[in-house]
Amino acid sequence: MVQINVKVNGRSVSRQVEDRTLLVEFVRETLGLTGTHVGCDTGQCGACVLHLNGRAIKSCTMMAAQASGAEITTIEGLAKGDELHPMQAAFHQHHALQCGFCTPGMIMTAVDLLNRIPHPDEATIRANLDGNLCRCTGYHNIVKAIAAVAQSSSAGA
Amino acid sequence: MAHEGIGARVLRKEDRRFITGQGNYTDDIAVKNAAYAEFVRSPHAHARIVRIDTSAALGAPGVIGVLTGAELAEDKIGGLICGWMIHSKDGSPMRSAPYAPLTRDVARFVGNAVAVVVAETKNEARDAADLVQVEYEELPAVVDPANAQAQGAPQIHAEAPDNTIYQWSLGDKGAVDRAFAGATHRVDLDLVNNRLVPNAIEPRAATAIYERAEGRFTLYTTSQNPHVTRLVLSAFIGIAPEHKLRVVAPDVGGGFGSKIFIYPEETVCLWAARRLSVPVKWTSDRRESFLTDAHGRDHVTHAEMAFDDSHRIVGLRVKTIANLGAYMSTFSSSVPTYLYATLLSGQYDIPAIYAEVDAVYTNTAPVDAYRGAGRPEATYVVERLMDVAAGRLGIDPADIRRKNFIRSFPHQTPVIMNYDTGDYEASLDAALKVARYNEFSDRRREASARGKLRGIGLSCYIEACGIAPSQAVGSLGAGVGLWESAEVRVNPVGTIEVLTGSHSHGQGHETTFAQLVAERFGVPIDQVSIVHGDTDKVQFGMGTYGSRSGAVGMSAINKALERVQAKAKRIAAHLMEAAETDVELAGGEFVVVGTDKKIAFATVALAAYTAHNLPAGTEPGLKEGAFYDPQNFTFPAGTYVCEVEVDPKTGEVAIVQFTAADDFGTVINPMIVEGQVHGGLAQGIGQALLEECRYDTDSGQLVTATFMDYAIPRASDLVSFDVSTTVTPCKTNPLGMKGCGEAGAIGSPAAVINAIANALGTERLDMPANAERVWEACRANRAPAAAE
Repeated sequence: MVQINVKVNGRSVSRQVEDRTLLVEFVRETLGLTGTHVGCDTGQCGACVLHLNGRAIKSCTMMAAQASGAEITTIEGLAKGDELHPMQAAFHQHHALQCGFCTPGMIMTAVDLLNRIPHPDEATIRANLDGNLCRCTGYHNIVKAIAAVAQSSSAGA
Repeated sequence: MAHEGIGARVLRKEDRRFITGQGNYTDDIAVKNAAYAEFVRSPHAHARIVRIDTSAALGAPGVIGVLTGAELAEDKIGGLICGWMIHSKDGSPMRSAPYAPLTRDVARFVGNAVAVVVAETKNEARDAADLVQVEYEELPAVVDPANAQAQGAPQIHAEAPDNTIYQWSLGDKGAVDRAFAGATHRVDLDLVNNRLVPNAIEPRAATAIYERAEGRFTLYTTSQNPHVTRLVLSAFIGIAPEHKLRVVAPDVGGGFGSKIFIYPEETVCLWAARRLSVPVKWTSDRRESFLTDAHGRDHVTHAEMAFDDSHRIVGLRVKTIANLGAYMSTFSSSVPTYLYATLLSGQYDIPAIYAEVDAVYTNTAPVDAYRGAGRPEATYVVERLMDVAAGRLGIDPADIRRKNFIRSFPHQTPVIMNYDTGDYEASLDAALKVARYNEFSDRRREASARGKLRGIGLSCYIEACGIAPSQAVGSLGAGVGLWESAEVRVNPVGTIEVLTGSHSHGQGHETTFAQLVAERFGVPIDQVSIVHGDTDKVQFGMGTYGSRSGAVGMSAINKALERVQAKAKRIAAHLMEAAETDVELAGGEFVVVGTDKKIAFATVALAAYTAHNLPAGTEPGLKEGAFYDPQNFTFPAGTYVCEVEVDPKTGEVAIVQFTAADDFGTVINPMIVEGQVHGGLAQGIGQALLEECRYDTDSGQLVTATFMDYAIPRASDLVSFDVSTTVTPCKTNPLGMKGCGEAGAIGSPAAVINAIANALGTERLDMPANAERVWEACRANRAPAAAE
């Protein structure tokens, strides 16, 4: 067993888990934060993306033990109470989700993308979504939603 | 109040839970003291099971039980069924072999479940599964449908000699032979419709609970049709009578057909939960999804089309071998027959059509309906032939289609279908205009100057949705009726709950179904809730597939709404002391026409429940149910135009523009309809360019069993699409809806391949047209020039 101390969505938590526990298992099963999903077992689909110390990572390819000491934000921690994060609001506004399964990972990746590249063109958005698979939307409206957030943040700046 | 009714582009009510991580998918549901199931699966494509030794696994930490097909038989758990009877052309019934949830004697595909380990934790179950010793005697395997019937091919089931399930035909062979004999031009083409893996991003899952005191089961599962699941588990597999089995399909992360079927895993989890007295939870990993979800397509076809001297089609002859895999999945038999050959007339007036379909067993995962199911295969045959014919006859691909369009309705095809309405030229014109078809040659020249080969391709598809009157499908072999149910419950405060037998797994029913209520009753959609997916709440329903939830599901809701409205109107008239004939419902109020008398819908609802002052003979309450059975299929149709650029040096294909003009009849929410088209196009383009499920011919191993080996489209593989709709309302349902869920996947593969073939100047090109295949085709084209 290994001791995990992390700050998740602003709250400090400590748990003992089996050594081989993946970070995604720790988040979903130990902490019950089931908004982070598992869609594959080869690190391809990105349904498990969350933020670790402010950067998007695939939580299926990291041991929980490796994350000990880190600050984690999951999809559940993105909104401020009832106020949605602009990326969440844009996904709603632009119909960028259908079944919703890839959505949390997609949103966490998209937030990280604009943190790194505030004003991407369409090709850059598409290239940066390569680690997130969606089978419902054809990405059309996901790309639109991300572009809209980038646009509005530049309008505000 | 902003317009929220039919045609309004309202945002989805269901989004909030998904964008905040509050969705409730099967694997998210925590059940106290649940144990975990791990399946032991055959590593061989075909092998006799000599011996299974479970002793080491039983002794492993945390293990509660290890069960095999022997225990399953001991408890008299039945096999999985195929619910659509097909008769061969000689009149004999299809040769359907038993499909045990855990196979006892022979493993027939890689991934065939042999045993299950149930343990306290997931990891313990996995560890112990490795300790189950299965001794196999390997047998030769066959995976390719074209080889399955060959002399000397390995026999997969004793019940099906030559691995042949049925040899079915449709149409008038004599008429087609005569048409070909008298034709001026004949074209023919060999086609492969590549095998696909559906790959909903949420893997299949099941959690089974048994309450011994009540003898009652609850199954949470990833299903598109929980009531059909319950029916099959009860009536055929024998888990429990229906009233003792609750099936809940909560949020479901995509289906595309793959979650229609009743699979071994949920059956085994239910049975194990009773046998081992512990709730049993199973969630597929992606590798298991690739191995065991029902795959799609996998047809090998030879097709011929005959034309008269004015380029009008006089006949179509098609011979297809369809791979159904190692066992017959729930609706597998219907896909290459009544969902395929009945659409071979396409949008064209074809006087004579004859199709022969052989369905075969192979040592591969079962094959069943995947988005479009039979209709993409039919469209691919017809629309590839049209392009090849245009090339050989030297006329424009748009012109040959225009010349042959059906122009008067209703139109009876020679292959069962009776099209109620459509305007194929309208969608063709709309698509060509947006695609700037007439200026294509300029773009081709410009691309050529850059060393690129530019091509444009059309596909004018038709499909059949809302799989039609129950009596008709029954006569064609369906084991179920294909109607839908609805119940509308008006609460005393005037809010409304709609219970539907449809299931939403991305389609946005919680929004569109509420829009229908808003349209009829004038109440805001946030006062309407849609209830689905739980057999304890909704009495019965047929679920969601075949783009049926609008045309059939909403028609049922509409019928129940009419009944509620009639009763509410009677009460309103009574309260306003007016004649019922003078009362109308408008904007959420009942009004007496020509007066200022009015009463709010909510006030009438309250009156129905207080029951203090109801018309004589009127029962209290305001709740009505309805069953709706369609009169006919619906026939969405449209034109897709794909434009590509091929790099002849590398074989890489870039889609530069994709235009869709669809006729879905009445559109409830254009935003959602566009989203459905986008997703369908992505899957169809995926089939055309990227996706290929491949089994090794010798070993029968699935060599494309991860997202690293099987390429579903990524964002960078696609472009933004130009989509629009033209409207001819369906004439056979009250809302005029036709269905939009599958069109994109049905129409697009032919458009993409026609575009690449156009760029390359070649006739035959198989899917997926990946860089290797296209590069080979480019090289073959260059070869004669090099020889000069």
